[in-house]
Amino acid sequence: MILAVAPASPADAWLERAPLLLRDALTGWLPDALRPWVSALLSIAVILGVFGLLFAYMTLAERKLLGRMQNRPGPNRTGPFGLLQPFADAIKALTKEDIVPRAADRVLHFLAPVVLVALSLLGLAVIPFGRNLVAVELEAAVLYFFAAGAATELSIFMAGWASRNKYSLLAAMRALAQLISYEVPLLLSVVPVVVVAGSLSTTGIVAAQGGWAAGIWPHWHALTPWGFSAFAVFMIAALAESNRSPFDLPEAESELIAGHLTEYSGFKYALFFMAEYLGMAALSAMAVTLFLGGWQAPLGLLEFVPSYAWFGVKLLLLLLGFIWIRATFPRLRIDQLTRLSWKFLVPLALVNLLNGGFWAATADWSGPAAAVRWLVSALLVVVPFVALARSLAAGYGPRTYRYAPS
Amino acid sequence: MTTLLAVLALICLAPAVAAVLVRNLIHSALLFVLAWLGLAAFYLALGAEFVAFAQALVYVGGVSMVALFAVLLTRPGRTDLLPPPSAARAVGGLAAVSLVASMLASSLFWSRLPSMEPTAPIPLRRLGELLAGPYLVAVLLVGLILTVALIGGLLLAAPRRPAEGADA
Repeated sequence: MILAVAPASPADAWLERAPLLLRDALTGWLPDALRPWVSALLSIAVILGVFGLLFAYMTLAERKLLGRMQNRPGPNRTGPFGLLQPFADAIKALTKEDIVPRAADRVLHFLAPVVLVALSLLGLAVIPFGRNLVAVELEAAVLYFFAAGAATELSIFMAGWASRNKYSLLAAMRALAQLISYEVPLLLSVVPVVVVAGSLSTTGIVAAQGGWAAGIWPHWHALTPWGFSAFAVFMIAALAESNRSPFDLPEAESELIAGHLTEYSGFKYALFFMAEYLGMAALSAMAVTLFLGGWQAPLGLLEFVPSYAWFGVKLLLLLLGFIWIRATFPRLRIDQLTRLSWKFLVPLALVNLLNGGFWAATADWSGPAAAVRWLVSALLVVVPFVALARSLAAGYGPRTYRYAPS
Repeated sequence: MTTLLAVLALICLAPAVAAVLVRNLIHSALLFVLAWLGLAAFYLALGAEFVAFAQALVYVGGVSMVALFAVLLTRPGRTDLLPPPSAARAVGGLAAVSLVASMLASSLFWSRLPSMEPTAPIPLRRLGELLAGPYLVAVLLVGLILTVALIGGLLLAAPRRPAEGADA
């Protein structure tokens, strides 16, 4: 067969079904009783492998990009373009001495990084990486994801407390305050998505975003007024939840000498590092699923590209955005950080909840009514944003520079 | 199913007992988290997916944080200030334990224990309709109680105004 007939539906394309065909080829010879177990193990192995490699090359991409943005080359000595740098780092971390302070709580000190990495990986189980590519199909998948993510706060606290170091403990307290504060807008921004999609399952939410309005405008949630607002709040809260700059206060190298990481060295430190990137990847994957249409192609013409490739592209774009933000913004102060959450993000997310309800209630409006629907929804985003921003910024005049040349 | 129930009961009870016996408050708080996770696993075994995840989200993510904050922000009590062991304290302890034990035992004996066969799980949509329909008042009341507790906590924690107390 040289010229294949164009498949009737993109779901039947050979590349689209390649992962499933591979799985069937690998597990097909097994007895029926064993097959689900082996395919579950296979999906675990694939997630570990893919996200492990993603972690390795994210660290490299981050160092390279930060270097470029700061006018320096970044790592370029290990292998071509520094491509082997992550492996060199891994070997270095593995061979370093593991130092535990004498006064430390040894059990908790050991448990903290292990628990953190394990919990960061849990969330990836319910992400649909492509058509039919989801490790565990749960009815309450979104709730599961955030339940798994919520427990990471605990391990940061364990690390900070078990180190018996005042900087670590202070950082742990800060981390608790920050993570609780941002958990609220994070969850609140997800609720309208659940309301509009009418489902708590990740595959259901992706399916709800299929299709195009007028043939070109994807039904992605981020491309509606309420969805855009929720997406922005979600991404800001995700930045804070994964301790990324400009919200990296728990680590704060310059003030708290790396906070809860102070007393960690060698491979345990590497595990913390890994958990940070895995958490970031998991939250970005969730953002893609909830707001950016999951594995759906942006245009009908582009559906020949397999769905998992689209998911990967969107995920990488979000992760590069995280790096870009780190290179751009200075760190906030702890009071500014909590104020941003409670006085700005939480009220916006609450109004947006109303907006999502309105959008769900007016789903059958069409024609001129649809324009009204979009206008009302947009107003429900813009008006609270402007009003809140103006009231919070009142009293802070433009800064005057008396001595600097204007 | 019985073995599963026994294992889950152990996961729930062992950390809870250890939490009471351990001297270190942070350790007790963390052990309670384990017990809460055991409860979530129990719900999961019963097919109540939503309740299990809600339990993990609220207790492991939220209540544990509040407990840890409370431990960290309060002054540690001096354990050596406790009165020394005495016959009176022993009798009091025994009375308290037997009272609680008899209450637990009576409620256990008189309640009809259903078998742990998993029934068909209630669909999520039905659960939502129940919570927003027949049980709406209960949900709102729980919210109200929590709000009252929050305001009470704020009142307790708020600094006294210096004008009110002359010798404050």
